[in-house]
Amino acid sequence: MERIKTLETRSLCESAKNGGCGECQTSCQSACKTSCGVANQKCENA
Amino acid sequence: MVHQYQLNGYNIVLDTCSGGIHVVDEVAYDIIAMFQDHSPDEIVAAMLEKYGTRPDVTEQDLRDCIADVEALKNAGKLFTPDTFADMAGTFKERSGDVVKALCLHVAHTCNLNCAYCFASQGKYHGDRALMSFEVGKQALDFLVAHSGHRRNLEVDFFGGEPLMNWDVVKRLVEYARSIEQEKGKNFRFTLTTNGVLIDDEVIDFCNREMSNVVLSLDGRKEINDRTRVDYAGNGSYDRIVPKFQKLVKARGGKNYYMRGTFTHANPDFTKDLFHMADDLGFTELSMEPVVCAPDDPAALTPEDLEIVKEQYEILAKDMLRREKEGKPITFYHYMLDLTGGPCVYKRISGCGSGTEYMAVTPWGDLYPCHQFVGEENYKLGDIWNGVTNTALREEFRSCNAYARPECADCWAKLYCSGGCAANAFHATGSIRGVYEAGCELFRKRIECAIMMKAAEAAGED
Repeated sequence: MERIKTLETRSLCESAKNGGCGECQTSCQSACKTSCGVANQKCENA
Repeated sequence: MVHQYQLNGYNIVLDTCSGGIHVVDEVAYDIIAMFQDHSPDEIVAAMLEKYGTRPDVTEQDLRDCIADVEALKNAGKLFTPDTFADMAGTFKERSGDVVKALCLHVAHTCNLNCAYCFASQGKYHGDRALMSFEVGKQALDFLVAHSGHRRNLEVDFFGGEPLMNWDVVKRLVEYARSIEQEKGKNFRFTLTTNGVLIDDEVIDFCNREMSNVVLSLDGRKEINDRTRVDYAGNGSYDRIVPKFQKLVKARGGKNYYMRGTFTHANPDFTKDLFHMADDLGFTELSMEPVVCAPDDPAALTPEDLEIVKEQYEILAKDMLRREKEGKPITFYHYMLDLTGGPCVYKRISGCGSGTEYMAVTPWGDLYPCHQFVGEENYKLGDIWNGVTNTALREEFRSCNAYARPECADCWAKLYCSGGCAANAFHATGSIRGVYEAGCELFRKRIECAIMMKAAEAAGED
């Protein structure tokens, strides 16, 4: 029986090859201004 | 590195270095916990002892599950080795001295006198001041000149209270728009305001020009008016809520955030979020723990932290209920885009404070971010001469997810990027310090956010 469900995620290893353009929003400007939310950002090129 | 946790009935396995997320049943959960340190025979024996009375748990089934775990490992989705440490400084080094975002302190003054204000009522421990158009224009020119090949540039109008210098804000936006095409840049403006001076003209301009507005409100009237008061001591709630509602209604779906602060007075902050959602009609919400000295009466106590962590779980479960009922709300820290989120370079390097993100004072001085303004040792330079304190910039350049030995074994380091340098500084006196309480809350938020993704995936089956 299937005991493991793997969610679809962006591969970080893959993003090491195609990431790093720097165009994504500066996280601190988004909403909170006091605790960083890099994880809450979207990639401009994903 | 693997992190396993159980929340809201879900068994969740995170693979830190691949970004992999697996939702498993309790048998697979236990198998994964044993996988690295035990042989398949040992795992099968332990599982049969624990689950052997269940008809769905047979030796063959267990060996199939172990094979599935092995396959995930071979596919780079589980037990992925950490190969990123050597890349830790490369993104910021490769970016050189590019600056792409500024926090413009257009007003070091405020029409409110909030007790917990990290900016000491907008003055940042200095003199009251308004930024002139000339200084603001030079700041924008500095940004364009130092932005390299970056196309998207961000400018947040901040204070103090930026609406107290509204004409300059409008002129600066107009100036930036006038040079966008020629310079090949795309300006994104944001505004952070306490709302007191919002009127129809402000609403119209913001909804036309600001890609995001951050509106300060702490939730329930008695909570908001305990700290967010004017200089006569009068609460601000009744004055600002109708203005915020009018602005948001006119915004027509464009980005906004109701941004509250919770303190020792309201660690039960979900009541404030739900008040803003249910009674006031706001759906885009951000509520943050107060940043202050540990001996400040507003500071969260260790007992408060336990309440706050429970509140994060309550919030996540309630948001799932609202989603199911077709009345969703957004909580900033629960927004995770699993397929379109940040690349590993961004996850390692963090917010860019002190390198690609800086704050500009009304006098044109540069600081690593808005939370360092007023700390004279953290002045980077100014908008005419650029960064002159290059040693300080290098110190910030070296801040990343791998910079602190305390983070080496933390499963969340590629979500927090090593944490907020300003929080670390205020908690420990060093930007390379670790703000433990902040880490604890951050990890809980990420666990909740991923649980919500697991629930959404389960709902799609």
